[in-house]
Amino acid sequence: MTEAVEYRAYRRVEEARAKGRPTGRDYIDNLISNFTEFHGDRRFGDDAAVVSGIGRLRNMPITVIATDKGRTTKEKVAHNFGSPHPEGYRKALRQMKLAEKFHRPVLCIVDTAGAYPGIGAEERGQAQAIAENLMAMMSLKTPVISLFIGEGGSGGALALAVADRVFMMENAVYSVISPEGCASILWKDAKKMKEAAECLKLTAQDLMALGVAERVISEPENFREETRQAKQVYYRLEDLLYEEFQWLRKKSEEELLAQRYERFRKFGRPDSEQRADCQAGQ
Amino acid sequence: MMYQGLFRKPKNALEIRDGEMEAGQPYIADDAYVKCPKCRKMLYAADVRDNLEVCPECGHHFPVAARRRIELLVDPQSFQEMFSPGAGNGEGREKRAAEAIEAARNPIGFPGYEEKLSAARQKSGEQEGVLCGLARIGGLPTCIFVMNMDFMMGSMGTAIGEAITQLFEFAAEKRLPVVGYTVSGGARMQEGILSLMQMAKVSGAVKRHSDEGLLYAVVLTDPTTGGVTASFAMQGDVILAEPGALIGFAGPRVIEQTILQKLPEGFQRAELLLKKGFIDDIVHRRKQRTYLINLLGLHSDQIQI
Repeated sequence: MTEAVEYRAYRRVEEARAKGRPTGRDYIDNLISNFTEFHGDRRFGDDAAVVSGIGRLRNMPITVIATDKGRTTKEKVAHNFGSPHPEGYRKALRQMKLAEKFHRPVLCIVDTAGAYPGIGAEERGQAQAIAENLMAMMSLKTPVISLFIGEGGSGGALALAVADRVFMMENAVYSVISPEGCASILWKDAKKMKEAAECLKLTAQDLMALGVAERVISEPENFREETRQAKQVYYRLEDLLYEEFQWLRKKSEEELLAQRYERFRKFGRPDSEQRADCQAGQ
Repeated sequence: MMYQGLFRKPKNALEIRDGEMEAGQPYIADDAYVKCPKCRKMLYAADVRDNLEVCPECGHHFPVAARRRIELLVDPQSFQEMFSPGAGNGEGREKRAAEAIEAARNPIGFPGYEEKLSAARQKSGEQEGVLCGLARIGGLPTCIFVMNMDFMMGSMGTAIGEAITQLFEFAAEKRLPVVGYTVSGGARMQEGILSLMQMAKVSGAVKRHSDEGLLYAVVLTDPTTGGVTASFAMQGDVILAEPGALIGFAGPRVIEQTILQKLPEGFQRAELLLKKGFIDDIVHRRKQRTYLINLLGLHSDQIQI
């Protein structure tokens, strides 16, 4: 086995974090027309790590919530490198409740190393904010699709991914812990992150096999913003998302919520086949 | 010449014992005394045991194994273990829960996980990190789950998520309240993304139980962190904590490494969470049973329709 094959998972992690890779904001700019950004959680402040608002996906009004890492260094600092504070999750929840009220579907675009581990974040209830989102999203009476475009860091990503469908970009990853964190806890050596990445089953393909994701969207080689290939990816995504939302909107509220419950209920149930059972399929 | 041979390595255990005897020290079993980590006093272990595993000197709450905690809390002989992996011999749901252990043995094939599980089973004498079931507290029937720190740091994997989910589903069906005790280092990374999914799964079951108008009271014990705090630990209608319990999302070390500062004294402790408005009260272990009897009583009209 060559090294390249052996550490295929970590190469995805590196690509997911790569400089110049499209950010949450790039996806909004390319997929959503008439985007109008809304700020603030009405409790404490406005978290720039989470960008939220409304716009149109083709002709359909839609709520969009994205974690945004920022493009330039200045932006990255302003967006806290895409790691939200509790205000970010509460802002997201406020937007979801509005979406429910106005019968708009919700698109969550996820790219975060995780919820921010800082003093202020803890004091303002990071765990409580995430827990509240999980519970509220389980019963949100409007379709939700979460699109993972880069890093999906643990609870901080899940708080925007209790969804009816999870779509993964080909090089996006989604994990309970970062490979570095896993290696340092298990083997007391953060440098073993490549081995850890392999063990964690965090690639889009792995997640599909486990039933955590319904679809993998292929990417061109060296997927960067402002390239012609990038445009093609957005066109394709627009189609896929639009069709999937149309499909989900046909369901009654009861059916939608029952299926969302079942979507998560199956993980770890002894008699269940851990595979996706949605029409998104192949 | 009293120091003669002091640095010589003893040949075997007997020789060490001999040395002690000669020095005139009586033999003391290793577990006869414990040192309180808070007041640093040496305590007679039996005194701590008789005091609900609380330091008689300073009130420090020692960790309690799940089975012992249930014994201290519920009416004698009223606990009927259900759903927890290990409750295994029943029929139907209980049996399915037992099968969950096997299914969850190593769901993503993580290297070394089976060995860790076996070691944890030996150490704790339990099959998994949670005990679930039906009990009476002050005569009031309630569903109860108690997590176990002895089992892989109380980390939550699929077996724990499944057991707690089944408990909430059962409670919703039978119209019973749920009392939970949490202690956890977070999601169990050896089960990868499937552990993370348990947070959403349990949240869904808590929500359905809640929508039935039923009570869920949770007591956070030291330490409750990570994915457990960010899901069912923070979803109670009433959230209580034991004195001094560490409660947070990120662990203190992770935060220190991120912000490159030392954390202030008392950070992430129950007392600070109370001040910041994230828990309803701090309840001493001795008063928890009375507290819960009162709480369950105040909500029992809904139960017996």
